[in-house]
Amino acid sequence: MKIGLDVGSTTLKCVVIDEAKNNQILFSSYERHFSQIKEKTLALLEKIRESGIVGEDERVTFSISGSAGMGFSENIGIPFVQEVYATRAAVNALLPGSDCVIELGGEDAKILFLTGAGGLEVRMNGSCAGGTGAFIDQMATLLGVTADDMDELAKGSEKIYTIASRCGVFAKSDVQPLINQGARIEDICASILNAVVNQTVGGLSQGREIKGKVVYLGGPLTFMSQLRRQFDETLKLTGVCPENSLYFVAVGAAMTPQPKTYTVAEVIEAVNSSRASNNYASLPPLFRSQRDYDDFKARHDADKVESVNRGQDFDGRVFLGVDAGSTTVKCAAIDEDGVIIYSDYRPNSGNPVPIVKEFLENFYSSYPKAKIASGAVTGYGEDIIRNAFRIDHGIVETIAHFTAAKRFRPDVDFIIDIGGQDIKCFKIRNGAIDNIFLNEACSSGCGSFLQTFAGALNMSIVDFAKLGLFAENPVDLGSRCTVFMNSSVKQAQKDGASIESISAGLSISVVKNALYKVIRAPLTNVESALGRHIVVQGGTFLNDAVLRAFETEIGENVVRPNIAGLMGAYGAALYAMQMSGEDSVSGIITPEELKTFTHTVKAVTCGLCNNHCRLTVNTFEGGRRYIGGNRCERPVMKKGQSEKKRYNLYEYKLELLDACRSPENGSYPRGDIGLPLGLNIYEMLPFWHAIFSGLGFRVVVSPMSNRSLFISGQHTIPSDTVCFPAKLIHGHIEALMDMGVKNIFYPCLTYNFNEEKGENHYNCPVVAYYPEVIAANVTRLADFNFINPYLGIHRPKDFAVKFWQAMNEYYPDLTQKEVKTAVDSGYKAYYAYMDAIRAKGKEYIEAARAEGREIIVLSGRPYHVDTEINHGIDRLICDLGAVVITEDSIAYLEDRFPTNVLNQWTYHARLYSAAKYCTTQPDMNLVQLVSFGCGVDAITTDEVRSILEYGKKIYTQIKIDEITNLGAVKIRIRSLFAVLDMEKRKNAAKKGEMADNG
Amino acid sequence: MAETENDIITAVRSDGGEGDQYEIHHLPFTDEMRKEYTILVPNMLEIHFRMLIRVLKQAGYNVELLTNTGPSVVTEGLKYVHNDACYPALLVIGQMIDALNSGKYDLSKTALMITQTGGGCRASNYIHMLRKALAKAGYGYIPVLSMNLSGLEKESSFKWSLPTLRKAIAVLAYGDLLMLMDNQVRPYEISSGDSANVVTKWVDRLCSDFDAGKSLSTREVRENMAKIASDFAAVKINRVPKVKAGIVGEIYVKYSPLANNDLAEFLYCQGCEVMSPGIMGFMLFKVDNRMEDINLYGGSKLKFSVVKILFDYLNRIEQILIDSVSSHPGFIAPMPYAELKQLVKGIIGWGSKMGEGWLLTAEMIELIKEGYSNIICAQPFGCLPNHIVGKGMVRKVRTIYPDANIVPIDYDPGATRVNQENRIKLMLAIGRERLEENGK
Repeated sequence: MKIGLDVGSTTLKCVVIDEAKNNQILFSSYERHFSQIKEKTLALLEKIRESGIVGEDERVTFSISGSAGMGFSENIGIPFVQEVYATRAAVNALLPGSDCVIELGGEDAKILFLTGAGGLEVRMNGSCAGGTGAFIDQMATLLGVTADDMDELAKGSEKIYTIASRCGVFAKSDVQPLINQGARIEDICASILNAVVNQTVGGLSQGREIKGKVVYLGGPLTFMSQLRRQFDETLKLTGVCPENSLYFVAVGAAMTPQPKTYTVAEVIEAVNSSRASNNYASLPPLFRSQRDYDDFKARHDADKVESVNRGQDFDGRVFLGVDAGSTTVKCAAIDEDGVIIYSDYRPNSGNPVPIVKEFLENFYSSYPKAKIASGAVTGYGEDIIRNAFRIDHGIVETIAHFTAAKRFRPDVDFIIDIGGQDIKCFKIRNGAIDNIFLNEACSSGCGSFLQTFAGALNMSIVDFAKLGLFAENPVDLGSRCTVFMNSSVKQAQKDGASIESISAGLSISVVKNALYKVIRAPLTNVESALGRHIVVQGGTFLNDAVLRAFETEIGENVVRPNIAGLMGAYGAALYAMQMSGEDSVSGIITPEELKTFTHTVKAVTCGLCNNHCRLTVNTFEGGRRYIGGNRCERPVMKKGQSEKKRYNLYEYKLELLDACRSPENGSYPRGDIGLPLGLNIYEMLPFWHAIFSGLGFRVVVSPMSNRSLFISGQHTIPSDTVCFPAKLIHGHIEALMDMGVKNIFYPCLTYNFNEEKGENHYNCPVVAYYPEVIAANVTRLADFNFINPYLGIHRPKDFAVKFWQAMNEYYPDLTQKEVKTAVDSGYKAYYAYMDAIRAKGKEYIEAARAEGREIIVLSGRPYHVDTEINHGIDRLICDLGAVVITEDSIAYLEDRFPTNVLNQWTYHARLYSAAKYCTTQPDMNLVQLVSFGCGVDAITTDEVRSILEYGKKIYTQIKIDEITNLGAVKIRIRSLFAVLDMEKRKNAAKKGEMADNG
Repeated sequence: MAETENDIITAVRSDGGEGDQYEIHHLPFTDEMRKEYTILVPNMLEIHFRMLIRVLKQAGYNVELLTNTGPSVVTEGLKYVHNDACYPALLVIGQMIDALNSGKYDLSKTALMITQTGGGCRASNYIHMLRKALAKAGYGYIPVLSMNLSGLEKESSFKWSLPTLRKAIAVLAYGDLLMLMDNQVRPYEISSGDSANVVTKWVDRLCSDFDAGKSLSTREVRENMAKIASDFAAVKINRVPKVKAGIVGEIYVKYSPLANNDLAEFLYCQGCEVMSPGIMGFMLFKVDNRMEDINLYGGSKLKFSVVKILFDYLNRIEQILIDSVSSHPGFIAPMPYAELKQLVKGIIGWGSKMGEGWLLTAEMIELIKEGYSNIICAQPFGCLPNHIVGKGMVRKVRTIYPDANIVPIDYDPGATRVNQENRIKLMLAIGRERLEENGK
């Protein structure tokens, strides 16, 4: 007899097999362990003992496997078998002839290649792509269904939406807007499963084709028929999910020969006597005594906003505020004194419309005589709710929260709001929002993470957070994203941390995330880093553990309003009051109309431009429509309405680049040369185009990026943590090969043009050497000429000769003289291109000034003009009425100046110069685009921020990846405009005052 | 006197914060400071650095190696360094601030030293990240000294003299030899501790020799190296088959136990023989890059020939090391740099020089050729050059060398040991299976 125990991240699996009967499974068990590995294992072993399958004195081999099994095996002194290794052993024995295994577990994804060229190869997800089973659970929770429901629902799907597949947190920020737009839940479910497939296939196949006999293993693939279907469709084959697909790891572990044997009783004894090491990194307790806690409670209970039920007969004026947040919907109604007379706080559970409807119904029946004077809505669901119920005003979240906090504490100078999905912080200086910090997509989900984790332990969030209050040794879980936190928790459990310690540790890590990742403030001087009067809000702060952790971490007391979770709605209501005239009446939907309220959703694909956005069309009673999912204003514009004149330098740059595609008909004695439009090729396209044209080539440029182009190259990406612009190149190479271009040119460029702005003029390592990655990983290139020489464009004199030498290998007939001439024209074309951008920038700035528009310097790097990379952020800013210019259109206006960083990359030097120039122009503001995973931007963002802040400008950063969700971006940009607007009004008022006085 | 000093500190401190002014004020490290200041140096390679500080002391710098570890190092790093910056920066700066916090040093007489390679990778910016962090932490008055060979930070850089440079090179070569031999002897020694004793004996002897100005000439290096190799070869061993594992990667994470969760020790405890290519190759690589730049893009012939002198010298010292090992059968010596360079032909270009550049790829191949086909490629999470030369090349290397069993492992404050070790164990399980199958 042999026993195998598979301790996964969420489940415990065990088998007893009989080697005498061809490894027949005599006993099997599968259950969730809720982190109580020791207890559950003991119960399991007792069950085996009682079953009599293994004799009382029979000696068996016993092996432990699984991602959470390693520490456990060490503790009890039983041998460990690595789980992927075990899987392979089981597949080879039970399903000989299999070519490939795809196994999804709670938090791991694995692909095993068993046959074929390249031999045995095993791939496990890297630390960044963690969470598959857990990811599906998390998404199910978000949708308010079970994983089984999700599978069932997916059967009825009609279309697939694009959901980022890099990691759970990103996917979540794509799913949320879909929910808020009103997309069909069936379609969302199928899209989530599709994202899991993309993540697995794209992230793990890395250039190796999944084909032949494919085996599906693990919980999610066993239980979800639709997930298997999605895999089948993507891989274009029919995979097998064998009998006992849950137990392959356990079987493989059991089959592994072990020198030592045990009786079941001996194993039970070993487990019983095991003690965890208890040496996890821990932090001081949140509260040392009940008394500490009582004092703390008493202090915070004093921060109160009144809430009164005015009764059925109340007939005063009322102002409504709705906060349709990412995970909760909050509503508040206030009277003219700002007293809350009605409020509600509920989980979003997928669709905010019926929740707000119910709120209004309840309100109308509670206060049948009240007169609604005005209403405002804020949050992710602002647009849909506003349209659905004809609510008078929309307001950006940041302003709503500030309005609420100010009412509460007029001298507030720092607000931090930790909601379900977002952390928002803002500093207030002289009564205006001075600086806004919003979390990046990567650390989002901080509040809802507590929720999900509590759910995983079968607890309510309130109970779960309470557990931590008096934990003696809270676990130090660091301040990383939720996926990382999951594995930190795993590690802590392995080391014997109690649920209490973990609960406290999670509360602390939420706080650390906010402080060190979002605000990034030095806490040696809290007053200058944050402020003197700090107000904390958001539902997450209603947990005393989180609040205490926050106060402890900054070493100061803060104010938490009793309505911390309602502040958005309360602020919106206050805003509605501010915006209303003395006798204004709200146009909000009436009780009668509410009775016949209907809401239907249709998904369509927009055909107005090449983006082909997936739109959701919501139709409400009376024919009101709301369209979501659009990336520009075109589909929502009324017929006949013409676009306002736009000044967008991003579009202009694309036009210039488009001119660098050689026409098809023409005389091209040297044939075609293909250039992939990405990374360093972007800005240098005019350069190479002129050179190759001069040499008689037809320059074939890969098409503009889009989603399917990205997907087509995804399988050859070797590093899943490289920046998105680099990943896109793979698609461009595929596109060129599909176009049949035999010769593809993509040079390695250590150095860029020397613009004399810094101490050196490097490209970043990824931009410089990505051609090497292409050459080493795109196997199809074997049938093409991939020309990727190392070239030094920074030395124009040497360049012509070196380029000629490099090309000689492929084109021996090229003469040095003709190359020299072509190269000269290349440099000319490049400088002409840069001059054109600068001239156009000047023109747009003048136009903006003439028309009184805001000027936004949308700064990034040349490849950020790619619409698949910038996701249309440039157009979004234009839609809001501003003029968009680029960093390279103004950088030349600033002389070289000393920076606090080593200024050594050409593209990044422009950021510093542009920022500096911005500080000299009152009507110019800078927004920095940052690619997720860009290591260099860890340096540039801090520097650009300090240049701007020193120049009394607001710094706005937008981190972009494959995500297509513009919701968070919109908040940032709208907040920026709101602040600028406030400033303008204040200045105008000041001028007025001065005029009055003078 | 003390009062005025404090005044200066207060003055500098009060305007050292961010936000109020753009340029971060920093004190240059002056020649006068040399006499009075204790200079704290981060540790990367225990054996090498212990000897290196003796040479730096001889050159007139009062250096001290940082040995503080523990969770507060990472905590301080996370507090004061941009969290998306690379892990080595976060650790080194965290370690320094933690040391300044410790109360062990007279802060009015303490300076910090950090290396700068001057390449296109982020690492050249560490000194600026350090200064920003110091200003944030209220230590704006602590001077920072840059150690580089690129002419950066002219005001505050370590002043190399030719003799010091030669000595430093000798020390690094000694370090490589001791590490290399210890790695090959320790897993097989019959009496536990024998190999470690040889290391201790030689580090002690060499250190006291250095203080007396001995053991640093080429002749002495040759003699000593022969003796060191003989001492190791004399340790009684039993060569049982073991899984042979190699470590390559970003230089700090590859070597520093603080950064890689004691990777070499973990592998040793898993029953492996571990090989991690030495630092001489890296030095040669960095020097060679300057010549390679001129080859590829053009440039001054004079500069080329000056660099060539240093390059040739390094090669000579490396050859002495190689000779001393090769004279004992059964031991594996590093491949000469010129051969190493040939290994990547057709795989990656010599122009890829940022970070560890093509050398990292070459080291993977070297390890495979020498029988260490189970390879861990250790890098900081999101390391830019490693997207190219590490992870980016694994596939190609595997195609050419199907035996290669390579696992890339990311290190950062959020990556847990359990996940890292699990992936390494998978690699080792395959390694063990192959060892049983064909003795490789």
